Amino acid sequence: MLAINTIGKSFGGLIALNNVSFRVDGGSISALIGPNGAGKTTLLNIISGIFPPDIGKISFSGTTISDLPATKIARAGISRTFQQVELFGDMTVLENVMVGRYSRTRSGFISSGLRLPFVRKEERETRDRSLGILDYIGLRSRKDELASNLPLGEQRILEIGRALATEPGLLLLDEPAAGLNIRETRSLGEMIVRLRNEKKITILLVEHDMDLVMRISDRIAVLNFGEVIADGTPLEVQKNQAVISAYLGTEE
Amino acid sequence: MNRDNSLAVLVLIAVIIFVPLVSGSAYVITIGVFSGINALIAIGLCILMGYAGQVSLGQAGFYGIGAYVSATLTHHYGLPVPLCVAAAMIVSAFAAVILAVPSLRLKGHYLAVATLSFGEIINIALNEWGPGGPSGFGDIPTFNILDFIFDTTTSYFYLVWGCVVLVLLFSFNFINSRTGRALRALHGSELASRAMGLDVTALKIKVFVISAAYASLAGSLYAHYVTFISPSSFTLFYSILVLMMVVIGGITNLWGGVVGAILITILPELLRSFEEFDVLVYGLILTLSLMFLRRGLVPLLIEKIKQLRGPLIARD
Ligand SMILES: Nc1ncnc2c1ncn2[C@@H]1O[C@H](COP(=O)(O)OP(=O)(O)O)[C@@H](O)[C@H]1O
Ligand SMILES: [Mg+2]
Repeated sequence: MLAINTIGKSFGGLIALNNVSFRVDGGSISALIGPNGAGKTTLLNIISGIFPPDIGKISFSGTTISDLPATKIARAGISRTFQQVELFGDMTVLENVMVGRYSRTRSGFISSGLRLPFVRKEERETRDRSLGILDYIGLRSRKDELASNLPLGEQRILEIGRALATEPGLLLLDEPAAGLNIRETRSLGEMIVRLRNEKKITILLVEHDMDLVMRISDRIAVLNFGEVIADGTPLEVQKNQAVISAYLGTEE
Repeated sequence: MNRDNSLAVLVLIAVIIFVPLVSGSAYVITIGVFSGINALIAIGLCILMGYAGQVSLGQAGFYGIGAYVSATLTHHYGLPVPLCVAAAMIVSAFAAVILAVPSLRLKGHYLAVATLSFGEIINIALNEWGPGGPSGFGDIPTFNILDFIFDTTTSYFYLVWGCVVLVLLFSFNFINSRTGRALRALHGSELASRAMGLDVTALKIKVFVISAAYASLAGSLYAHYVTFISPSSFTLFYSILVLMMVVIGGITNLWGGVVGAILITILPELLRSFEEFDVLVYGLILTLSLMFLRRGLVPLLIEKIKQLRGPLIARD
């Protein structure tokens, strides 16, 4: 589904990613792990088109996306959440999800200004679908709350809800469990599995919580100083000597 | 549109109807006409600044295009006024696209300078090539729709404020819809907006176009009211005045534009009694309000009303 080919990226003199290649199979939950500063977020930024790679190519369902702007990539069916929560803070919970519907709807300034019949219909659909998503993620009762007023755990869930509204085929999650307690992390894990099983969304998960990663991932790629040092099933990765010394040994 | 805004629009309509009935003075109604013209342009700047997070010091440019295009078309070619007003809005919209495409890459001060330069270029162009050059031209037809001529101050007052109501309704409609949500999202997080598939550049250009169209409408209404225009009405000074209106009224609420426009239009009239000190007092009041009304009058009032309402609801 997603093929990452020999991606390289540097910031000034710093090489953030070097010759990174791996694949994410359709319908899988794949994890990308590695110590802080390994380049995980940078890779997600490149996949989602926030900035282009220096070299290399990424293709999604057979088409090259690494030369597309973020908007087109989102429309192609890749959505994401952010390590540092990036909600629209002064909008309500419901409105945040409704913004996610943007790329799947089409009313413009003039048709909205004139409240044309198709606009009203579309607006109703947007609201209904967004409420449906809030039901699914369990935040319906919070719908009129400002997003910035939610506790961190709910903010992370809301980011997932907003991403779901774009109807993604592939969902990129950047450390969704960071700052969550054990109970919240557990229900987050259940939700991720449900997204894959019920909504058939492929997941690429960046996460430090090894319990969560080992429990729900089908495959794991390990990044260290911008390079892939291992790629395999959770069992294979856990046994991998390079991983143990480079990552599991030094971190946590 | 939410309930509070619908209610506010109804109140506004009632006020519009009653002002000319209650006040027989042509002087008061004339000030009302100018308040309405300023409100139109201020609403556009409010949307641009408060909802899209862009700044413009070039609104006088679009105001000038609106005035000159429809005045010239009606004066020289005898075309129907409403048609020419619409044509002017289209010309302004094109000018806005041409200005927006290069300058929206810029942020903050740089965008301010780019829009300021645009306003100055339009002003120079009007001086050089506008009919009558620096001294302008007159005999511009009064606004008329078919046989009905808006030739009394009162009828013009209704015309201008009718436009304000329509522009407000149109604006509230798109702000509370897909595009308006997108604008607020953009303001909140450009990063997340891009990841959610928002076409950030196109949205910014469109808001610019809308604010330009409103300014253009205001300019046309101005020209067909005073029936004489010259480049001196479309200068940086006016752009700054409009900026003052929206900052004092409050950029985060369209009503801020309306309230700010009325205040700034009335203020010089109230200060007449200070005679030669009026400019000084005017400057002092503006400076003080900018210092103490950081978020603007309307957001402040809404907060106060909510505080008053709070205990009432709690008591029920
Ligand atoms: N926009 C940027 N500009 C400059 N350096 C960056 C930028 N983004 C990331 N980096 C650097 O690239 C390296 C990888 O960072 P990142 O991808 O955030 O790591 P991770 O998400 O694995 O913790 C770090 O050294 C970081 O400082
Ligand atoms: Mg990171």
